[in-house]
Amino acid sequence: MTLTVFYLLSALSVFSGLMVVLSRKAVHSVLYLVFCFFTIAGHYLMLNAQFLAAVHVIVYAGAIMVLFLFVIMMLNLNLAAEAQKTPWIKISAVILSGLMLLVLVASVKGAEELSAAQPQNDIGLVKNIGNILFDKYLLPFELISLLLLSAMVGAVLMGRKEPQPQNE
Amino acid sequence: MDTTEFLIKLILVISVFGISLLIAMYSTYAERKVAAFLQDRLGPNRAGPFGILQPVADGVKMFMKEEIIPANADKFLFIAGPSLMMLTACMTGVVIPWGGELTIGRNTFNLQITDVNIGLLYIFGVVSIGVYGIMIGAWASNNKYSLMGGLRASSQMISYELAMGISIIALVMTTGTLSTKEIVEQQSSWHWNILYQPLGFLIFLVCAFAETNRTPFDLPECETELIGGFHTEYSSMKLGFYLFAEYINMFISSAILATLYFGGYNFPFIESWGLSPNAVTIIGTLLFFGKIFFFIFFFMWVRWTIPRFRYDQLMNLGWKVMIPLALFNLFITGIITLWRNGAF
Amino acid sequence: MYSTPYDYLPMAIMAAVAFGFVAVTMAATHLLGPKRKSEVKLDTFECGIESQQNARFPFSIKYFLIAILFVLFDVEVIFMYPWAVNFKEGGLEGFIEMLVFIGILLAGYLYIIKKGALKWE
Repeated sequence: MTLTVFYLLSALSVFSGLMVVLSRKAVHSVLYLVFCFFTIAGHYLMLNAQFLAAVHVIVYAGAIMVLFLFVIMMLNLNLAAEAQKTPWIKISAVILSGLMLLVLVASVKGAEELSAAQPQNDIGLVKNIGNILFDKYLLPFELISLLLLSAMVGAVLMGRKEPQPQNE
Repeated sequence: MDTTEFLIKLILVISVFGISLLIAMYSTYAERKVAAFLQDRLGPNRAGPFGILQPVADGVKMFMKEEIIPANADKFLFIAGPSLMMLTACMTGVVIPWGGELTIGRNTFNLQITDVNIGLLYIFGVVSIGVYGIMIGAWASNNKYSLMGGLRASSQMISYELAMGISIIALVMTTGTLSTKEIVEQQSSWHWNILYQPLGFLIFLVCAFAETNRTPFDLPECETELIGGFHTEYSSMKLGFYLFAEYINMFISSAILATLYFGGYNFPFIESWGLSPNAVTIIGTLLFFGKIFFFIFFFMWVRWTIPRFRYDQLMNLGWKVMIPLALFNLFITGIITLWRNGAF
Repeated sequence: MYSTPYDYLPMAIMAAVAFGFVAVTMAATHLLGPKRKSEVKLDTFECGIESQQNARFPFSIKYFLIAILFVLFDVEVIFMYPWAVNFKEGGLEGFIEMLVFIGILLAGYLYIIKKGALKWE
């Protein structure tokens, strides 16, 4: 049963991941990516990492992809106006993503402890994550707030430089 | 999970789904009756006695209308928009505890479909996904009014989501759990969370209005400026889905409000009546629906009483009033809880 | 209370039921309604005048800014959940830890307000 669900979810993730790349329209890609995130959240659930699954849906699917959608709606204006891709861009894209793949494969190959799901392992429950986060990893946690702060300042500076008249 | 258990879950899922649809259907009828009452009119009264068949007539009409997909629209997304809206609207009902336990013969049935550790986070997740239905549909229409409506809707929803999240956190601080079932059980008898979290409830209520795009937060579809807002180009059942999803969302929001702050299926002094456990469960569920209907009525009451916000007022309320207020509530909750636990 | 991955299966069932309903309804409305299409009918609606271009135009950067700020604050809110669940065990110490976290982000929030990034005109 568990194995069947795993294969089903994996097939869906791979399929939606491929569709993200293969769709011609950027907005379709975003939707496929959201779906892909859901399947990955399903994988987290099967590993009993419940909090992580919820965070994955709320932050990635619910917040970051909304931002992506805004950006694409803003930039992807008319299909005719889309920039032509020169062969050089295509070749460099292939090389870059090939390198990325290499790194990913290498990191997976290096990890020896990739054992199967252990439902008895309940480190992924919210309460346990909180205990660890506010005990062992307190400093990184507080530093995150500084990271978020700098991102906020950056966003405000970027947004303010726009001298364009309002569209509304 | 064996087959019988699976079947029980399936039956529960289908009944919750069916009840959500039924209540949403009759909410459209109730809305028109409430509006008529508040405006000293009669409201729908032709289809069946007291117009009780009006929702059915509306549904049939929606089905029989021509389906128009504008030539400029993105076909796939144009259909995906309302479908997504409907899907996300239905998903929350899974974690709401509709009642206690029923014992039939030797079997005990739990009236909640599933109780998970992260129940509240699940609700929050579904809320955060709710933006897509509107945004995708609005963009796919390729219509300027739709786009403006969709943008307004999505920025409004994400803005109020923050205050909603912080108000839930204050609640979690007092309950110490994210499971909806445990939160309800902690509110047994009269220990309803509204007594401990009045400000949090107020914030959550306002945010619920904003998330469901109900008046006074219905700017995404304000007809005076934007025709129909994000669903300007929609017709037939696709329009029906958008309108219908709003009512399902209203029903689910009411259920969440009743669960989190008004004791769910609990009712004061029900233990002292000396009823059998099954009777207590059934009365509790009925009372729970009573609370839900009260909130649905409240949504309608507000809609026909309060005028719409201006867009800058809406954004200011979300970012400059609700978020600081929610943080203040969190602070106060923390201080009081610590004081009661004797930390000072 | 302890929930296993199996407790999440009903969510998939609900999604399947809702999806089935949506698909059947969409197919039904497609088949039932009349189909009398004309060029004008399929045109974009613009209050009766002939439609001018399409709706693929850039909009106010404010919406984009709201989305970025939402992502940042959403991450903050998410971090507060594991803390809130453990709040009573954490005691005063845990509360102060969280106040520091919120305090730093509150500074960012005040900066945003001061810079007028949320001002709609």
